[in-house]
Amino acid sequence: MDFSLMQRVFPFFVEAALVTIEITVMALILGLAAAALAAAAKMSRSSILRTIGTLYVSLFRGTPCLIQLFVLYFGGPQIGINLEPFAAGVIGLGLNIGAYMAESIRGALVAVDRGQTEAARTIGFSRLQTLRKVVLPQAARLMIRPLGVNTVALLKGSALVSTISVVELTYTAQRFIGSTYKPFEIFGVAALLYMIMVYAVARVVDLLDKRFAIV
Amino acid sequence: MQGLDFTVVAPYWDLLVIGAWWTTVLTVSAGALSFFGGILFAVIVLYAPVIVAYPVRAFMWVFMGTPLLLQLFLIYFGLVQIGIDIPALAAGIVGLGLHFAVYNADIIRAGIVAVDVGQTEGARSIGFGKWQTLRHVVIPQAIRNTAPPIGGNLIALLKESSIVSVIGIAELVHSAQLAISETFRPFEFYITAAALYYILNLVLEAALRLFERHVEASR
Repeated sequence: MDFSLMQRVFPFFVEAALVTIEITVMALILGLAAAALAAAAKMSRSSILRTIGTLYVSLFRGTPCLIQLFVLYFGGPQIGINLEPFAAGVIGLGLNIGAYMAESIRGALVAVDRGQTEAARTIGFSRLQTLRKVVLPQAARLMIRPLGVNTVALLKGSALVSTISVVELTYTAQRFIGSTYKPFEIFGVAALLYMIMVYAVARVVDLLDKRFAIV
Repeated sequence: MQGLDFTVVAPYWDLLVIGAWWTTVLTVSAGALSFFGGILFAVIVLYAPVIVAYPVRAFMWVFMGTPLLLQLFLIYFGLVQIGIDIPALAAGIVGLGLHFAVYNADIIRAGIVAVDVGQTEGARSIGFGKWQTLRHVVIPQAIRNTAPPIGGNLIALLKESSIVSVIGIAELVHSAQLAISETFRPFEFYITAAALYYILNLVLEAALRLFERHVEASR
């Protein structure tokens, strides 16, 4: 093991890890928005909206994230969508994780006892009021863990954007392999940084889950 | 901006089907490795002496905390550094298999712990050895109870197998890339590849549903 090499590349890797964090956070925001819309569409009364929501979730969960990124980044220009690698990465990752998060959100909403809705409607709450004041506050707690799992998957999945030349942690690692031929040391540093980020997110999810636990 | 023309796919259809076939081979072989590896890791973590169990735990911890892509690079390029030159296909199967074995191990471990202790006591009292009890009584029940999430991992594996194209394994994504390098039509070919993945995914989901029904019926 060449520890001095690991020390020398470390600052570059920290900078690259910041890009990984940046892309993950932006994709997370986009993903949550897409997921909320998709979950609402899937549960709406309009059959058109339901079909759109179902199609989105099914297509994005049924195909690899890598292919989705490639369609967007390499195929996009053919249909007039020209995106920088970073933007394509955020949109691709965000739409992909959004499909998974939509199911997490819907699962939590469905898990709230039906009696809660029935009771709220009986005492005169509208559908929207019931959702906002009765169902969502209870479902929100149930969403923490599944959405947390999705977020960890997103963080790890963000390595995929290295294939569309976004200069994040995995891409940086690959570039340093090219110049040093020391894969163990280089990937070791990258793996360490990923683990710090992944287990930090997992810890936050644990804390949130405990903080908002019902019992 | 050029118009879309899906007829360009036709001459390369055979190439894509071969790619899809190799994706299937990868999924089945890495899936088998991840299943049996998952059982092995779970048993080690639960029953092996600390000197074996702790390294396996550490290994699982590392594999759960890092991206599959990085693990594949490490296995493929890293092993060369220490003098082990394995072919890309083997590296891909081992990488995918180990990655999902770790997730399966986590599920199966919980499944083993959840099997009623009376099952072990019963088996032991009719003369089963420790190992026999585990092998014939506890593990089969643990697997049956955890079949749905293990199946979910297999579905994830099918899609994640696309990642091994980066170390040059000739599966579906790689076939599409080959065709694109000759035709410069990324949109048409990646969409077609996506459609093939979607179909493989549907077939696998249907097969798992059938299997789960079969398992349910055997209760």
